Amino acid sequence: MAVLIGALTIGFILSLLSLGVYVSFRVFNYPDMTTDGSVTLGAAVAASLLINGVDPVTATLVAAGAGFLAGATTAILHTRFRINELLSGILVMTALYSVNLHIMGRSNVPLLSEKTIASYAENFGTRFFGESVDVAGWTVPGTDLAVVIFSFLIAVGVGMILFLFFRTNLGTAMRATGNNPQMIRALGVNTNLMIVCGLALANGIVALSGALLAQYQGFADVQMGLGMLVWGIASLIIGESLVGVKTVGLVITGTIMGSVLFRLLVAIALRWGMNPNDLKLITAAFVFAALILPGLLSRLRIKERKAAHA
Amino acid sequence: MLEIRDIYKTFNPDTPDEVKALQGVTFRMEEGSFVAVLGTNGSGKSTLLNAVAGSFQVDFGKILLGGEDITALSEHQRARHIGRVFQNPFTGTAPDMSIAENLALASLRGRKRGLGWAVSSRTAEEFKARIRELNMGLEDRLGNIIGKLSGGQRQALTLLMASWLKPKLLLLDEHTAALDPKTAKKVIELTEQIIEKDHLTTLMVTHSMQQAVNLGDRLIMMNKGKIIYDFRGDEKRRLRANDLLALFDEVRRKEQIDHTTAEMLSRVYV
Repeated sequence: MAVLIGALTIGFILSLLSLGVYVSFRVFNYPDMTTDGSVTLGAAVAASLLINGVDPVTATLVAAGAGFLAGATTAILHTRFRINELLSGILVMTALYSVNLHIMGRSNVPLLSEKTIASYAENFGTRFFGESVDVAGWTVPGTDLAVVIFSFLIAVGVGMILFLFFRTNLGTAMRATGNNPQMIRALGVNTNLMIVCGLALANGIVALSGALLAQYQGFADVQMGLGMLVWGIASLIIGESLVGVKTVGLVITGTIMGSVLFRLLVAIALRWGMNPNDLKLITAAFVFAALILPGLLSRLRIKERKAAHA
Repeated sequence: MLEIRDIYKTFNPDTPDEVKALQGVTFRMEEGSFVAVLGTNGSGKSTLLNAVAGSFQVDFGKILLGGEDITALSEHQRARHIGRVFQNPFTGTAPDMSIAENLALASLRGRKRGLGWAVSSRTAEEFKARIRELNMGLEDRLGNIIGKLSGGQRQALTLLMASWLKPKLLLLDEHTAALDPKTAKKVIELTEQIIEKDHLTTLMVTHSMQQAVNLGDRLIMMNKGKIIYDFRGDEKRRLRANDLLALFDEVRRKEQIDHTTAEMLSRVYV
């Protein structure tokens, strides 16, 4: 049960990351490598502020702000200096590695006795639920239950805000920028500005996810962002196939579900004895399969139809 | 209304792919006039339109719209005054967004976009009313994704969107070239209707002589980046497709003479 609750919590926290990837990768059609750097950036900023006695909420918000700046930097490299989308993300991601080391001062910052958002939630949990709660026959520590509920609420809250935002005039203009830039320029929208704002938003959410992850796990590590873009894309693809239709609201809901489901699957696989070292290989292979499968299936169907005609 | 002063544009200068697309184009359009620009492929007619729309900056010359110098403005800044319909029916609309959302985007052309709802019950009524004028039965499908519509429907919507807020200038870039004849006819009728209703100043590029003859009150013929003929008033009204064909033939023969004489001369003198 502890494994399940842990997996759920991390799933919800990482669903913020997937929502960020949804904004950059789906809404703006931008494979944004900055993601790998801004997860760590969020964790690094939050952790070093926390050990310096800053209160957890401020630290988390500042961390999100740092991600915001990182995303804007990538977008400016791309729009202002016309550097290829992938490369501009890779440049910022690479630079962030050094920045993160500078922020943390070393490669790993443990958060042992500091007050964090997670410890807030835990305190709240013991007060509200007591030492342990009975959930459908399982005994669950009150602290764990509070943390998972709290991470769920944050994920749903951010998802809601994104959903509402993409229905405003500004949000629709952003979606149109990703969908048909030529059209929306002819309607008077500065697409470059939209891309800057969009990537800033995406990486702000990603950094928020990193900041929360660090506080939940109890440490920030300079390596923790590695492969996170691919992880986010995997969750996104699972989510999209869960909901089927590609409307904004459903995809956002699906993305959160996909992230949790993917994390659960990973937890189960690890439990069954999968080597943790293989995790990234399997994630990459999964995304590869998900990307080529639709094309393969339709080709297969065409072949079948041809065979039926012959 | 629109004034173009001696504009030049060369693509890929000083490379083997150099194209001198515009070589000193000058003309004025009065308010409420409907000008058709005719030319063969590579004559510079689409480049002229894109120069006005701001898809690129011209190398030399000035473009004025309503007395304001817009030469240095970018595409999205000019969009405040210019409505545009493209050759490709898929360029003018966002395929993965609903009809209502596309109309909402168009209803704020060149305006500030804030955090108000893009589609509300109030705007939806207005969308319905205006889309009904298209007579395509789209008014009950406002929530549908545009990508599922046909090319003709999308082009009709683009036309509606470009003229949603009355633009100072409407640019039509061979907007029926990619449609089948029947749909093209319908879109042309709709074009005339919309231009008539709002008295829009319109610059239309076409390679169809019939269209150039039938539509508009002025016809400009372009060749090799220059305006070679400019018909207006009665002269334009008397013009028939055959006359244009003859003119094109003449231009072609003149060019051939240039070539053959050059060859002849080089054989004799070099």
